[in-house]
Amino acid sequence: MRDERASGHRDARAAWRPTEDDHEFPTEIVRAMAPWDGSTSRRDFLRTSGLFVLGFSGAGVAGSAGLVGMGPRGSEQQPASTPTPDPGEAPLYPDPDFLQLDSWLVVHEDGTATFYVGKTDGGQGTGTATRQIMCDELDIAYDQATLVMGRTDMTVDQGGSGGSDAIERDAMAARRVAAEARRVLLEMAAEHFGVPANELAVSDGVISDGSRTITYGELIGGKRFDVVLMGANVNATTGVASVKAVQDLKLVGQSLPRYDIPAKVDGSLEWAVDVKRPGMVHARHVRPPFAGATLAGIDESSVRDIPGFIRVVSKGNYIAVVCEREEQAIEAADRLQAQWEKPGTAPFPSSEDLFDYMRSATPANGGIPASASGRQSARVDGDPDAALATAATVIEAAYDIPFQGHTAIGPAHGVADPSDGQMTVYTNDMKPYSHRTGIAEFLGMPPDRVRVIWMDGPQLYGRTAADDAGFEAAYLAKELGRPVRVQWMRHEETAWDTKGPAFAIDLRGGLDADGNVIVLDYRGRIANYAHLGYNQASTVLIAQLMGIRPERPSPGGGRGPDDMYHIPNRREDTRPVRFPLAFETPLRTGNLRDPNGPQTTFAGESFIDEMAATANADPVEFRLRLLRGATGDDEAHRRARSIAVVEAAAEAYGWDARPSPKTVGSGQILTGRGIAYAYRARTTVATIVDVEVDRETGRVWVKRMVCGHDCGLVINPDGLESTVQGNLLHGISRTLYEEVRFDGEKVTSVDWRTHPTLTHTDTPERIDVVIVNGDPNPGRPDLPPYGAGEPSHRTVPAAIANAIHDATGVRIRRLPLRPQQVLAALAAAEV
Amino acid sequence: MSEITLSVNGETHKLDVDPSTPLLHVLRNDLGLRGPRFGCGLGQCGTCTVLMNGTAIRSCNRPVSRATGEITTLEGLSADGELHPVQRAWIDEQVPQCGYCQNGQMLTAKALLDDNPSPSDDEIREGMNRVLCRCMTYYRIQAAVKRAAITMAGGEGDR
Repeated sequence: MRDERASGHRDARAAWRPTEDDHEFPTEIVRAMAPWDGSTSRRDFLRTSGLFVLGFSGAGVAGSAGLVGMGPRGSEQQPASTPTPDPGEAPLYPDPDFLQLDSWLVVHEDGTATFYVGKTDGGQGTGTATRQIMCDELDIAYDQATLVMGRTDMTVDQGGSGGSDAIERDAMAARRVAAEARRVLLEMAAEHFGVPANELAVSDGVISDGSRTITYGELIGGKRFDVVLMGANVNATTGVASVKAVQDLKLVGQSLPRYDIPAKVDGSLEWAVDVKRPGMVHARHVRPPFAGATLAGIDESSVRDIPGFIRVVSKGNYIAVVCEREEQAIEAADRLQAQWEKPGTAPFPSSEDLFDYMRSATPANGGIPASASGRQSARVDGDPDAALATAATVIEAAYDIPFQGHTAIGPAHGVADPSDGQMTVYTNDMKPYSHRTGIAEFLGMPPDRVRVIWMDGPQLYGRTAADDAGFEAAYLAKELGRPVRVQWMRHEETAWDTKGPAFAIDLRGGLDADGNVIVLDYRGRIANYAHLGYNQASTVLIAQLMGIRPERPSPGGGRGPDDMYHIPNRREDTRPVRFPLAFETPLRTGNLRDPNGPQTTFAGESFIDEMAATANADPVEFRLRLLRGATGDDEAHRRARSIAVVEAAAEAYGWDARPSPKTVGSGQILTGRGIAYAYRARTTVATIVDVEVDRETGRVWVKRMVCGHDCGLVINPDGLESTVQGNLLHGISRTLYEEVRFDGEKVTSVDWRTHPTLTHTDTPERIDVVIVNGDPNPGRPDLPPYGAGEPSHRTVPAAIANAIHDATGVRIRRLPLRPQQVLAALAAAEV
Repeated sequence: MSEITLSVNGETHKLDVDPSTPLLHVLRNDLGLRGPRFGCGLGQCGTCTVLMNGTAIRSCNRPVSRATGEITTLEGLSADGELHPVQRAWIDEQVPQCGYCQNGQMLTAKALLDDNPSPSDDEIREGMNRVLCRCMTYYRIQAAVKRAAITMAGGEGDR
């Protein structure tokens, strides 16, 4: 359905020339660009409100703005005027000002509202949840609002997505702004009726004094609030209004349907892959056939006869071919003859030798004390060495987790339009703001001539925290002077996307004579040198292939597993390992959903089970004993909430206490159960799985999953459940199948056969997500929401490994668990 | 280049394209359809699925010259503005996350249910198995297929 007000609003003054076909955009975008007072576009609106605040003569508003005080922009207030852009002026894209209420929220004449947030939604429903909570605070019906996300020219810079903080942090800023808008509207109504604001009632956008009513649309429809907000940064944005107490929220807590789903189901949604611009051409890449190879020459005659061929663009080791049509570009990339020289030194070990290499390599930061390097970590509680020397029992184990790919279902893509001396990039980069600044820097363009428009795309999960294709499209568009669409091929995406780092983890644990854990010693090696980061102009693939290097690499270190166990003597030490080839490598690391969490928790929670088995203790009781070892409170009550999720999962599962493993059965199918617990940030999770292990084929099937999950205040229970289900299944996939393989010259995982993923037949028969509110102060009005996009993911590998141990008595310490690995492990243990 | 005749969603198109061009690119770039999307170009993932004479096929590695039957894309699944029961079930079960693969999931489900109106759980798993989802919405997809089967049989889908 198209917004009627969008039609015919583009008068000569609207500075929307680069997007003459804006009607192609989804409804909420069309609405966003609709006129506010019949003459100005959203950009004009933001330009006027954001750059120089205009006075507004509407009743009450000036007084309201005064209440909030003169913000940083206050002294710039000028009389109202409608700016008329110079027709010859190239478009500029200034940043929307987060201190202007108008940057976040607009009420239209018909009483509907549009919200603007600087976030992106990868399909976990953060947009819907944010809209819910803003509607709740503004007091309008959910279906009377739309939400626009992730356009650098239209939505305030909230950084896009990452860290599962969309609801915990960013939606709370938006919530406070919506509450402030409601307060201002009540002030306006109070003046209109001549009664105090606190005697008014508001419901679904209609304010009543008991006998008379006036709507939000009548009060301010299509006009600016001109209210200056407060806040040292965008996360702290607030007005003077208080948010509602949790018990007064009506939409929060409801499983409202996601607004983005209907258009994804009927085929009408325009995705970033669908963008077409006038004169647009298509590009494909030719990547180095060997990691670290140097380009020695290109024979352009090998592709010149391809119909539609336009150009080979090459710089350093970067090669793109550009053609009129997509299939022509694909053929040209396939056929282009290029000469490459292999590097003198092997870029990395083979995947077979990886873990030996990692354990024997000198850590990247040498002998520097870990705490001094910033990104490495070392933590020592008590005296681990003395405790290990005196423990009644000491056990040791080594865990290996390979590189794993994002392997997005759709390869990287982007469209860049260089019209009118600006650059517009259409992308699914989850961090459009850093995408914009990175591209501007990479191209040498002023940031305000670059805008990035986020659109739906295949997953986020960290892959698009530094989307290569947007940089490539922008570079090529600048080179060719016309719009360029880039899409990677499957072999590029699987081989060259960013990888979750490999880990080699050695653990030692000591128990006293009563089976109590008295010491835990964790030493991790992480293959995470030159972590990609977030859209830096020096770290994306095109920059690296062109020889650009960051001043210093960003070695991503890591902590040990996140748990609230009370273990009196404890050491954690994680050190990065580097390979000979640090840059322009297909083993470049980036954030992969819950970065490091699945790896460290696999080791940590497998080893807890190993110690429980040593103590002949039930795995749930053993964990509860460790959690109850301390009694002090902590930030966000993580200890109490950890106990609550373990208990809730065990109860929902129907856990009966017994040590693991059970007696190995005699049939072809062996069954077992396993638990793993963790917290991430302020969210606590415990996952229990049932597995079937086929001793003939080696196939592992996770038949049932129960996840106890506490992320505080739940905005949308069904959206949360969907998100947790995705986390759990993604976790199964990483546990059973996913591994990036390489032969010492190149990555050999290049498609879905060589980097397999979970399929329909692997899906559990039953998944129970048990939403827990383990907060020791239930029902308190300030109960906050915490992140849910990643925490449950990390519990899955250890839960499965523990269940396999329960079923077979065999402890598997290396991921993934493809059938041949399982068969080999069973054979080695003579099961 | 040569003239190709293509029948898509009930309309006939005459196009001047290289006959070896994958059907996917013609559907997307010449006909402006958004349902089928590029995922692998190898026929492995199913993101590009379309129906040809009612059978689910991969359009990414099917030359347009061999797209000789009636092609139905996601856009053609709904008739007269009415969503197909499969699409309604996808909304009722709130299936998609990112949604990129769901074109292939829905069209494969449609072909599956046309062939087998009341599939068992195992038949659903096997029938859907070659369509991949990296958001891992399989659990909800399978629930939605069951719901659609009930609706198409004239019953009320229940959650």
